[in-house]
Amino acid sequence: MDFKFSDEQRMLEETVGRLVRDSYTFDARNKALESEHGFSTDTWTQFAELGLLGVPFSEEAGGFNGGGPELMVVAEGFGRGLVVEPYLATVVLSGVLIDKLGNDAQKEQYLPAIIGGETRFALANYETKGRYDHTFVETSAKKDGDGYVINGEKAVVLHGDSADQLVVIARTGGSGNDKDGLSAFIVDAGADGVSRRGYPTIDGLHAADISFKDVKVGADALLGDEGKALDALEATLDLALIALCAEASGAMEVACDQTLDYIKERQQFGVPIGKFQALQHRMVEMRMELEKVRSITMLAACSLDVDPELRKKRISAAKAQVGKSGRKVAEEAIQLFGGMGMMEETPVSHYAKRIVMIDHWLGDREYHLGVLEDLIDVDDHAA
Amino acid sequence: MDINYTAEERAFRDEVRTFLNEKLPKDIARKVKEHKRLGKEDTIRWQKILNEQGWLALHWPKEHGGTGWSPIQKHIFEEECAEAGAPTVLPFGVNMVAPVIIKFGTQEQKDYYLPRILRSDDWWCQGYSEPGAGSDLAGLKTRAVREGDHYIVNGQKTWTTLGQHANMIFCLVRTDPDAKKQEGISFLLIDMEKSEGITVRPLITLDGEHEVNEVFFDNVKVPVENLVGEENKGWTCAKYLLTFERTGIAGVGSSKAALAHLKQVAREQQVNGKPLIEEPHFRARLADVEMELMSLEMTNLRTVAAAEAGGVPGAESSFLKIMGTELRQEITDLFRRAAGPHALPFLPEQLAGDFDGETVGPEFAGSVASRYFNFRKLSIFGGSNEIQKNIISKMILGL
Repeated sequence: MDFKFSDEQRMLEETVGRLVRDSYTFDARNKALESEHGFSTDTWTQFAELGLLGVPFSEEAGGFNGGGPELMVVAEGFGRGLVVEPYLATVVLSGVLIDKLGNDAQKEQYLPAIIGGETRFALANYETKGRYDHTFVETSAKKDGDGYVINGEKAVVLHGDSADQLVVIARTGGSGNDKDGLSAFIVDAGADGVSRRGYPTIDGLHAADISFKDVKVGADALLGDEGKALDALEATLDLALIALCAEASGAMEVACDQTLDYIKERQQFGVPIGKFQALQHRMVEMRMELEKVRSITMLAACSLDVDPELRKKRISAAKAQVGKSGRKVAEEAIQLFGGMGMMEETPVSHYAKRIVMIDHWLGDREYHLGVLEDLIDVDDHAA
Repeated sequence: MDINYTAEERAFRDEVRTFLNEKLPKDIARKVKEHKRLGKEDTIRWQKILNEQGWLALHWPKEHGGTGWSPIQKHIFEEECAEAGAPTVLPFGVNMVAPVIIKFGTQEQKDYYLPRILRSDDWWCQGYSEPGAGSDLAGLKTRAVREGDHYIVNGQKTWTTLGQHANMIFCLVRTDPDAKKQEGISFLLIDMEKSEGITVRPLITLDGEHEVNEVFFDNVKVPVENLVGEENKGWTCAKYLLTFERTGIAGVGSSKAALAHLKQVAREQQVNGKPLIEEPHFRARLADVEMELMSLEMTNLRTVAAAEAGGVPGAESSFLKIMGTELRQEITDLFRRAAGPHALPFLPEQLAGDFDGETVGPEFAGSVASRYFNFRKLSIFGGSNEIQKNIISKMILGL
């Protein structure tokens, strides 16, 4: 048992840390938020140059060959800086799924373009009626000659507004939330029949509702075997959940630090308000929730190679803990900042928004507790 | 980063399991698992078995008969013991007074007391709290006045856990009433059998049990050689104990065992003719507790690993105390709910280790309400959870 980072993990941590510290200032981030798609393409290029876009991919594909801990380290750093670039959408949700499902030709076509920063992707997966259930897919892909015709609607697709390419989950068989019959297709975002309504999200990101009307794709658009995308999709979502938990952990850390600094400085009744025991204990509780999230995120990040049910159990536990602890930390941060916590100009308010709204991406606390409930008979012995 | 035990650590765990499997008396494990009352003789029987194996003094250095184990080994051992239903080793001798004697005691004190503690010859209890000195322990008033070769002790101690069985008590006493309050305290060992003037009175707690006592000292003569460390430096001994080896404080092993038992109960009990475990509210709370336990276990392992790497778990153990006790209390709340109306019948005789009559309601239900109320103590003793928050606030947050 060893919780120390390897040299490579430490190197990644330093790379992301330096980037966030030096060039990801609050003002620079605000400027990025105001741009058309809500992020900086210069920063994206910088990610590519630093090799960050290749972290989860194999060395043959030009990647870093990183696993859960490596992705955790990167995402934690992003969380500390509230990074808004479409890393999760492009690299993790789409890139990893292509890596898992694609044939050699597809991987050669898409992965280097992702790693090099030239092409951005989004995963069009969730639908309104399915909410957080990734298996509830009504979007259909019907055989049409050699290719397929796709019809359906996808809701709140992360960075779907700016993606060049989409990975679309559609049914080639079954119905409702059948496990069989889910297929993944690569669809050009500008293809005929694809229409997008993009918008900013309250946590500083962008998303889009996307409809597909008789969108024709060739046979080479299908990733993997027809109807058999579920296992790879779930493994990809699990990796994305690790990244999201780690991002929450990094953001919670900064929210705690900023709150601690503030209550040491802010004077009322002639003393720093941090002298009051009522606030001290609340600050301690914030830190305790942060430690829980740090710990369980590590557990999740180290669980990619265990039995899939146990993997799901641990990762859903981590996301549920983020939902519970994150809300507490965010609400308390605002409360301890008082009126200043309500201000857009106060950085901690942006952290609070991101931390709370992470609960709404890839399944909230109730959804993941439900997964845990389904797996209640799966025993766990962490070490 | 690797959260898995190494091959050596796993081999050690197997060795511990084999030992527990062979040597832990089944009747004692059954009492622990069924939350029956443990007698003095049960604890002593188990401590003697541990001592024979050389595994009683977990935290002592090897030269004094300790295990010399690493923090990870101690963690594995404590967790396996909890899961197997081993009784808790009485902490007052082995884990409290002994480390103070090892650190501050004279050679004579070490030679005399340590082997007696290993053999369970003495049953120690702790004389810290007083009616007027709880969280503000340094406000204690019990007086010890030097007269020739003796101290004359007068005063009262309280919340003395299992003091009814004890023949020895270690006390914090005031030797200099004029000094600043932390600076006039001394650490004294008092023989409760041989000394005259000591009265032990039971305190009955809200679950009807006799676990704690008050101890009165009326002109008790204590030989000066029973002073540990220097006169008026007793607070140093007390503080040393607070930082001493507290990675087990999270109680992960016992929470894991309790949660497994709770799930078993929830599969057997019914609501509307269906297993309780399928009832959505109960199931959601179970899942929430399991999630918190996973977080706690990893937080505990991080602290253990830091200790393994040479760090001293200081105020971090305060986090573990708060998280661990909150979780244990939450599990007792779920047990109470799992019993439903059968949590109501109050029949303390069912908790006797040798009770073999017919229980009212399901067997597990007899102890759940008592235990729930008894476990309120967890967030009060050992430095209340509020005191732990003060410690974190000062030591970690710098407030």
